[in-house]
Amino acid sequence: MADYADHHREHERRTRRSLVTPEGVDLSLRLADAGQRLSAFLIDYLLMMAILVGATILIFVSGISGGPAYFQLLGIIWLIGFFLLRNGYFIIMETGPRAATFGKRIVGLRVVARSGGRLTADAVIARNLMREIEVYLPLSFLGMNAARGLADTAATLFGFGWACIFLFFPLFNRDRLRVGDLVAGTWVINAPRRKLGVDLLGQEQRGPKLVFTDQQLDVYGQFELQTLEQVLRTANAEAMATVADSIRVKIGAWDNVPDAEFLAAYYEALRARLERNLLFGKRRLDKHDR
Amino acid sequence: MSEIVEQASARGLRASREPEWRQLEALVIKAEKKSPRAFTDEELMALPVLYRSALSSLSVARETSLDLELITYLEGLCARAYFFVYGVRTSFWKRLQTFFTRDWAEAVRSLWRETLVSLALVLVGGIVGFMLVSADPLWFDIFVPEALAQGRNFSASPDLLRQTLYDKGPSDWLAMFATFLFTHNSQVAIFCFALGFAFGVPTAFLLIYNGGMAGAFFALFASHGLGAELAGWMMIHGTTEFFAIILAGAAGLKIGWSVVFPGNRSRMASATRAGRTAAIAMGGVVVMLFVAGLLEGFGRQLVTSDTLRFAIAIGMLLLWLAFYYLPRGRAHG
Repeated sequence: MADYADHHREHERRTRRSLVTPEGVDLSLRLADAGQRLSAFLIDYLLMMAILVGATILIFVSGISGGPAYFQLLGIIWLIGFFLLRNGYFIIMETGPRAATFGKRIVGLRVVARSGGRLTADAVIARNLMREIEVYLPLSFLGMNAARGLADTAATLFGFGWACIFLFFPLFNRDRLRVGDLVAGTWVINAPRRKLGVDLLGQEQRGPKLVFTDQQLDVYGQFELQTLEQVLRTANAEAMATVADSIRVKIGAWDNVPDAEFLAAYYEALRARLERNLLFGKRRLDKHDR
Repeated sequence: MSEIVEQASARGLRASREPEWRQLEALVIKAEKKSPRAFTDEELMALPVLYRSALSSLSVARETSLDLELITYLEGLCARAYFFVYGVRTSFWKRLQTFFTRDWAEAVRSLWRETLVSLALVLVGGIVGFMLVSADPLWFDIFVPEALAQGRNFSASPDLLRQTLYDKGPSDWLAMFATFLFTHNSQVAIFCFALGFAFGVPTAFLLIYNGGMAGAFFALFASHGLGAELAGWMMIHGTTEFFAIILAGAAGLKIGWSVVFPGNRSRMASATRAGRTAAIAMGGVVVMLFVAGLLEGFGRQLVTSDTLRFAIAIGMLLLWLAFYYLPRGRAHG
């Protein structure tokens, strides 16, 4: 079962990137994964579509009553608006102080310079102009195929395959860079806004105080403790029952105490012990770490 | 003993520092939503202090606490505050100003080698297109797609061809036409740039093809003795438009070149460096294409005198060349 803790650490190592601030603290940023990137993009895309459709309908409705000159003006507004939306939406949103589009904000992502320095407008422009070959090119290949029917299928398929290399580029490198990120020297991190939950330590004790021996607490390390913390915070009755049972088997006691109560008490005792050891310079990473 | 532990543990940290974190969080949320101008003086003074205090809390928490919730929260908070404290200072509009006064011309100037290559590719395409079509008119349909030719091919009469050069067209729609040309050409130019990433090969193809198309047109009109007239018609906006497309190609080639021959840097670092310069140049290309769209939509349809057309064409070209390549002092930015 060493696999769990090892796997967790390996995952952390792969998704975290160190960024040492001028104050000397490593922020250890977490990279956004491909799924988050995709959902952020889809939100943005749907939003752009909604704006485009809405504006088109609005312009068309308001243009019906006016003369040809008025209609032409509306046409110009539509064309320029479309151009600005297609090229400007991402650029203007990402040069702002939040460095993220609406989609990225919702998912909790932001664009960051890989060097750790400030994100320049040039980088944002470069990464977004590259979108042209990553997204619009595959899309236009699909459109072309639909329009032409099967006449040119081979050529279209070839082009589409080529475009797919760019489309799936982020999956083939460990930093999840798309071509635009590569050229601009940026990457996308996951730094969502989150609330600070209450400390599980020092909560009101219900029922009698449970006392654990050192042997009973020495069974687990930091990884198990933090997994237990997540179980307690999620408070899923089924998961708590499973975890409580396996701990009871391991330490051989307290079959008579309710799951929630037992786990809270065990968490508190285990954390107090591990944190005290931490102060003496002993960090026990997981249960296999002696 | 247990009191000391308690003091130093996460519980003590939370109790003594949590109000500061909340304060910092409120400031960061404000910074992310509004412009820095929305801050009062006190808030601006407090921000770096709160940020450093949160950073030190994070260091303490990492070393003494096993409260995952607390550490995750502080990591997130510190990262968000870091990007604000050390983030972009210039506003979008300030940046736009330096772009026009300095960065644009500088970026284009630094691309001079690629610009020459790009120009050569277009010329080669043009010459090949001209020679092939002159030798065998059948080549014309290969170079020029039917949608673009609009009936201007070798089966058309000289009168019709002449008409296409001087006909005013439906002048009601000029503005709309100009806008359409601008957005369409910009998209093509951006494409030309983005394709540079594939070692510049597709960019080179696009440049040659565009040159070939112009050469084919020229061969068609020249065969009817309308060569000079076509040049006037095409060049009134063409000097600006071709220049822009050549620059877009140069920007693409720059990236392609940096990927193939990165020099002392890693391929990635090299592409990044080239990409940033090229991106600025691309911003300028879009502006140029906007001007070209205006010239093409309005200028060409309204100005039908050949001399005037040539004057505008050469004037525009000189203007761009002077803007990019004339050495300038600091006073100009």
